[in-house]
Amino acid sequence: MSNNTANMKVVEGSYAIAHAVMCCRPDVISAYPITPQTHIVENLSQMVANGELDSEFLTVDSEFSALSVLVGVCAAGGRGYSSTTSQGLALMYEVLYNVSGLRMPLVMNVANRAMGAPLNIWNDQQDSIGARDVGWIQIYAENVQEAVDATLQAYKIAEDRDIRTPVMVCMDGFVLTHVYEPVELLDKEKAREFLPDFKPEHILDPARPMTFGAFADPSTYTEFRYQQFEAQLKALPKIEEVARQFEESFGRYYGGLIDGYFLDDAEIVIVTLGSVVGTVKDAIDAMRSEGKKVGLLKIRSYRPFPVQALRKALKDAAVIAVMEKDVAIGGEAGLVTDLKAAFYSSSIRTPIIGFAAGLGGRDITIKDIRKIVEKAEAARKGDLSEFEFLALRKEIL
Amino acid sequence: MVIKAGSLVDPCSTRITKTGAWRTFVPVFDHEKCIKCSLCEIYCPEGCIHQEEGLFIPDLDYCKGCSVCANECPRMAITMVLEEK
Repeated sequence: MSNNTANMKVVEGSYAIAHAVMCCRPDVISAYPITPQTHIVENLSQMVANGELDSEFLTVDSEFSALSVLVGVCAAGGRGYSSTTSQGLALMYEVLYNVSGLRMPLVMNVANRAMGAPLNIWNDQQDSIGARDVGWIQIYAENVQEAVDATLQAYKIAEDRDIRTPVMVCMDGFVLTHVYEPVELLDKEKAREFLPDFKPEHILDPARPMTFGAFADPSTYTEFRYQQFEAQLKALPKIEEVARQFEESFGRYYGGLIDGYFLDDAEIVIVTLGSVVGTVKDAIDAMRSEGKKVGLLKIRSYRPFPVQALRKALKDAAVIAVMEKDVAIGGEAGLVTDLKAAFYSSSIRTPIIGFAAGLGGRDITIKDIRKIVEKAEAARKGDLSEFEFLALRKEIL
Repeated sequence: MVIKAGSLVDPCSTRITKTGAWRTFVPVFDHEKCIKCSLCEIYCPEGCIHQEEGLFIPDLDYCKGCSVCANECPRMAITMVLEEK
């Protein structure tokens, strides 16, 4: 991390994201407002109206339209941007597959929010984790600065000719979108050097007609899916490479695919993603002072899932505890099942326990994290608990 | 054939895809009953019925066997027959 605080400003997370998007110079912004994403697109709308940002800002009738418009933008050779959350992301679902299948390098900030019903506007990550299989790259940010930096990196990853895959930059709704914290806003010129103008290989051009997204019968469909699968595998080193390039230009780096905190000698490792990482770090500081060898592994790239990096980083842990703000109703939850799957096809047989926490905006406290560590200690002694809801209020059931 | 990521294809790709392979029933034309009204040609969703030497003929490379021509024919000159392959 750079200690250059000269360009630091205390701004709202949503403003910082809008500023980062401005530095990415999208040709078209197409979005529909929805809490807690609204301030991002409000700020962008203001920037366009003020003449600070030379983009076409389209106000559309729904999230379905918002993303569909950008399919056209990308096909015509433009750089597109959108942002949404929760029910808005769900309404985009069909188009999410079209965008990734058409290999359109769009970038979208998802301001993570709980899914209804019951209606809830607070933060969890059910929305984007629920969309883990739609073919988009997903990067999760711990704080506003990471979300800002990931937004610029996202375009560079998405537009790489070997990758050509859309990216969701996921940031916790309210916790990051509405917080005011010191952020180093991106320098426009440095951003331009880092991310040159978008030059697609193929565009819709009447002079050179071409069909985008032609139908694929059973003899070719599998191969198109495989190409997407392969592109996400290629994105693994690319995400790391772009994070390092970003470090060279801007002086900040916090892991490409994953990051660790007191990981090297950790016996119990908490694996999680998003803004709760900050709380987990505080909890670890407290427990380390008591002599407990607890560490953290932060997932930055959830899709592609960094299987090799995780195996390498977690191979010496005695117990792995996964905490996540989503639940796969009828199963367990996204991250814990992915992690178990990644380990089961290796020789690692470390016990993995999983917890759904912080659903619908419930605070995750240091006390909750201590509870997870207690469960992990029990698992180490052979008392392996099944997936559970952390801090479940049994008294109101 | 090499596929392009994003399913990008040059124009006229429907000519390459022989949708006739999807067919279960094949239209059989009775040219004696035909009054040359052209309704089969007009209604064919694949546009694959043409006149050859005055007779209406389906292009079986593309005919999916949908039966629209047989339904529209006012003289019931087209019969759908199970095709053994």
